[in-house]
Parts: sequence; structure tokens; C-alpha cells
Amino acid sequence: MSGSELQPKRSDAIEKAAAQSVPATGQEPSGFFKQLQGFWVTFSTMFKKPLTIEYPEVKPEVQPRFHGRHQLNRYEDGLEKCIGCELCAWACPADAIYVEGESNTSENQVSPGERHAKVYQINYLRCIFCGLCIEACPTRALTMTSEYEIADDKREKLIWEKEDLLAPLRKGMLPPPHPMYPGADHHTYYRGEIKESHPSQEVKQ
Amino acid sequence: MSEYAAMLLDDPIWLIAVKGLMIFALCVLLTLMAIWSERRIVARMQLRVGPNRVGPFGLLQGLADGVKLALKEDLIPKAADRVVFILAPIISASTCFLAFAVIPMTGKVILFGEETVMQLTDLPVGVLYILAAASVGVYGIVLAGWSSGSTYPLLGGLRSSAQVISYEIAMGLSFVAVFMCAQSMSTSDIVAAQSQWWNAVVLFPSFVIYVISMVGETNRAPFDLAEAEGELVGGFHTEYSSLKFALFFLAEYVNIIAVSALATTLFLGGPSAPPGLGFTESWLGGWFTFVWSMVKVFGFFFLFVWLRGTLPRLRYDQFMKFGWKVLIPANIAWIIVVATLRLMTQQGASQFMIASFTGGVVLAVLIAMTLYESSKKRSEEAARYLPDLPEPSFPVPALPTRKEVGE
Repeated sequence: MSGSELQPKRSDAIEKAAAQSVPATGQEPSGFFKQLQGFWVTFSTMFKKPLTIEYPEVKPEVQPRFHGRHQLNRYEDGLEKCIGCELCAWACPADAIYVEGESNTSENQVSPGERHAKVYQINYLRCIFCGLCIEACPTRALTMTSEYEIADDKREKLIWEKEDLLAPLRKGMLPPPHPMYPGADHHTYYRGEIKESHPSQEVKQ
Repeated sequence: MSEYAAMLLDDPIWLIAVKGLMIFALCVLLTLMAIWSERRIVARMQLRVGPNRVGPFGLLQGLADGVKLALKEDLIPKAADRVVFILAPIISASTCFLAFAVIPMTGKVILFGEETVMQLTDLPVGVLYILAAASVGVYGIVLAGWSSGSTYPLLGGLRSSAQVISYEIAMGLSFVAVFMCAQSMSTSDIVAAQSQWWNAVVLFPSFVIYVISMVGETNRAPFDLAEAEGELVGGFHTEYSSLKFALFFLAEYVNIIAVSALATTLFLGGPSAPPGLGFTESWLGGWFTFVWSMVKVFGFFFLFVWLRGTLPRLRYDQFMKFGWKVLIPANIAWIIVVATLRLMTQQGASQFMIASFTGGVVLAVLIAMTLYESSKKRSEEAARYLPDLPEPSFPVPALPTRKEVGE
């Protein structure tokens, strides 16, 4: 029985391609002077401006959506956006992110809502800068900056802690922990209705 | 004996020693500059900048590389023949300097109160001596390849030496016409014989063949098959590291400068000024001629770099075919033509005779070229038709062009 024999898969793709192709005739001899054109190419190139960017002295402009080092953002009153959900860690294909969540309490309100990240580490020895963590983040807490000078001389230094990753406090921001804006809840924060901190937020409860 | 040769003969011993030292210093310095300028020029040809960090414009890059090489670990493979392994780079690096002994680098100058020429000695067979020195240099290559006790260096060493030897023949033949013109093998006589016209003009075919074969002789791109990375790693010096590798490196560059200097001497009038600028020869008490010889040498060096930046590497068989089947026969034919023309003028042949002989030669060359072209075309036509191939049987698919080729 022929069924036991291996049968080639029928496809006319090769025949079709062969019908269209022009048979190669080996090396097409080009004229002597045509070959000399190459010398002119290299000679004239010498007087063009080199493409080299003198890197340490001249920092190249990166593209607007460059995948640089990460940043943990804050709301306008200084509370952290990160809610410690670990979605970034789950999305990470290189297993570079480690998050430990913790519940917010009235004494320790780090982010609006229920939870915040107690520990947040990114291991830049593992990170491949794919940006899947940024896509996964539900609160836009994690974004990437255009900073690319991350190299260092110790493995330990390349595990960045939460303090290293957190965005700096800008004007009108208070360092957490502090209570949420009076009368606001995490929905208000999420919708971006909080524009600055309130004097009462500084009060230690 | 020429005026210069007589002048060189009465050089005191100390002056000869000083000159030897100067030649050595010049060669090492030129090598450092050559490495730097080659890297910078090739970089510019590739829209890069090249080394620009060490010293002003990166000028000290060669020095930094040398120090780095010297401080590296010196490995000797277990399978290597220790004595020969150590001897080989020494042979290479010491013979490469020898050629400079007979190369005139200035006209008449005054050095420490002695009237002399910047040339160590003037042998009556100067150019043959250079060829001999270059041949001894081949031992360095072949011994390095053999003593490494490894396959790639052995193959690379064989390739290199085959290449150097074959191209030395073409090179030596291109000297013959020069010897006939100058009626001497001494370098100073050859320079003196070019006072009217440079040999590069008079003996243009010899010049072209020499320039091609000097690239082959020094194992440089596009003839650097001995270090075809994809096939042979580094060629004969694959197993070498540290200072021993540095010696090979030095030898390669000194050889490049040596063949360039030889080309300058034999074909571009050595240290004499280009036509129309003869008055510059007396500047700085004659020392300005050194600038001219360096300018010419650098011109050849630039050619080396330019070739490297432009041409891809040849295949080994193409390279050998080119050397043996094109350069050598063409050279021999050219020598016969030169010899005939010389004999005709010596025996007082009429202008008409000489002109008709030249015309006949040109005609013969044209006919030969046409015949060659047509035979090439015919063989190419034939190559397009492949023999009947067996029907494809699974799992081997049909050759894609099989049908078209048969048509």
C-alpha cells in the first residue's frame, strides 16, 4: 500500500517563481571604467561629513517614544500612582520586575485607594526594554523615560529600588505618605481632577 | 660608479651607524603614522571618524596600541615548536628593515659636517638585494605558519608564502625594463637615470604591474587572502599574541612602506622633485628632497588604503590566475618590446622602422584582446547550458533554473 510511503506536499510555488525568474548568467562583466567608479565612491566619501556621533561629548537626541529607563509617576499632590498590583511583573517577559504590595492605612497613605507598592525593584541586568510593563500598568504609574545611561560597574547597583525609580517631587507635591485630597477618592485621582496638594494634606493624623 | 656611490663610500663608520639608527627610527615612526592614517582614511571612506581619542587627532593611537600589545599575555601553544615559533616573528621584523639600506631618501645633504646622501649604502646590485631581503622575509611567514602547530596558521602560511613568491616574480620582471633603461641595478643610478623622464611615464606598463604586484607581495587588500577571516581566522599569525604579534604587525607595515619607497625610487625619481619644481631641491640645504620622497611614499601608501577601502577580497584561485596568467606573461611581452626598441635605437634603426614596430605591437595587442573577448563570450554562452539533470525525486527539489537553462 502506497499510503505508508512519504508523499511530497504538492505546491506549485517553486514552479511559478521559476517561470518568472530570469536565469542567472553568472558574473555579468561590467566595463573597466564602470569598475573604476567604485574608487570614486570611496574617494568622494572622504570629503563628506561622517555620520559618527561623538557620544560621551555629544549626547544623541533619542526618538520621542524611546524605551529608556523606567519611572514611577506621582499624582499632582505627590501620592504615588503605583497600586502594587504586580501586573507589570506578570507582563515582564524577562522577569525583571519584583513588586511587593501593601495596604494603605490612614497612617501610611502612599497612594490613593487601597494598596501601594512596599517594594518595587527593576533588575536592569534582565530588563530588555520591551515596554510590556508599561502597557500592562493600569494607572500609568510606570512609564519609560528617554534616559539611556544606565550602565554600571556592580551587579547590585543595577537592581533599581523604588526610590531610584520614583519621579521627583515637583512644585505643589508633598512627599507621601499623606492623606488623600479632602473629599476625593481614587476615582477622582484617576480622572486627573486633583491638580495640586491641599494644605490639610500635610497634617499628620 | 656614480657620484653618490662614491660619496657614500667615504662615509665614516659613525655616520653609517647614525644613518642606520635614523632609518630604524624613521621606519618605526612611519609605521605608527601609517597605522593611524590608514585607520583615519578608511574611516572617512566609510563615513566614520576613526581613532581620535589618544593624543591630538588620535595621533598617538599607534603608540597606545603598541603598549597594549606589549602588555598582553604572551601565549605559546602547546603544539608549537618553541624555537621556530619565537624565531619566525624575529625573522619577519628584522628582514623588513633591510630594504631601506639601499633606498635613497634625499639628494645631496650635509649631515654633521659630512657631505652625504641619506642612503645607508649603494650596492651595484641594490635592487636585487631588496628582492633577496624580501625573499628571506617569506621564511618568517612560512615558519610562523608551520611552527604554530595548528591548521589555520599552516594553511595561511602556505597561502601567504605562495602569494608572496608568485608576486615576487611579477615584481622582479617589472624591474627588468627599469634595469634596461638605467643600465644599472644600483638605486642611485636608477634615480639619476630618471632625471629627464620618470620611469612611471616611460615604462608605464612596468609601473602598473609593479604597483599591482606590490599589493600582492605585501599581503594587502584586495590580495589579503592569507588573512581571510572567514576562512583562515588570522592566517599565519593566528596563534601569535603580544609582542610577537606586534612584530608581525610592524613587519607588515614596514614592508608596505618599503615597497612604496622602492616604487618611488624605481618609477617616480626617488627624492627628486616633480617636474617643474626642480628649484625646491636645493631648499634647506638639500633636505627638502626628503619631503618629496616622503610625499611620494605617502602617495603609494594612500593607494594601499584606497584599494583596501574600495575593493573586495579576491578568491585565491582568481588571484593566482591573475598573477601567473596575466601579470607575468604581459610583463614578459612588455620586456621583449622594450628590449627590441632599445636594440633598434642602439643599432641606428630609422624613425620609420621604430614607428612601424610600435604600431605592429599595438595592433597585435588589440587583435589579441578582441580574440580573448570573443572566446570569453563563447565560453560564457556555453556555460549557460547545463547538462541534462536527473528528474527530481523527493525530497530533493528540482533546480529552479533547470527549465530556462535548457531553452
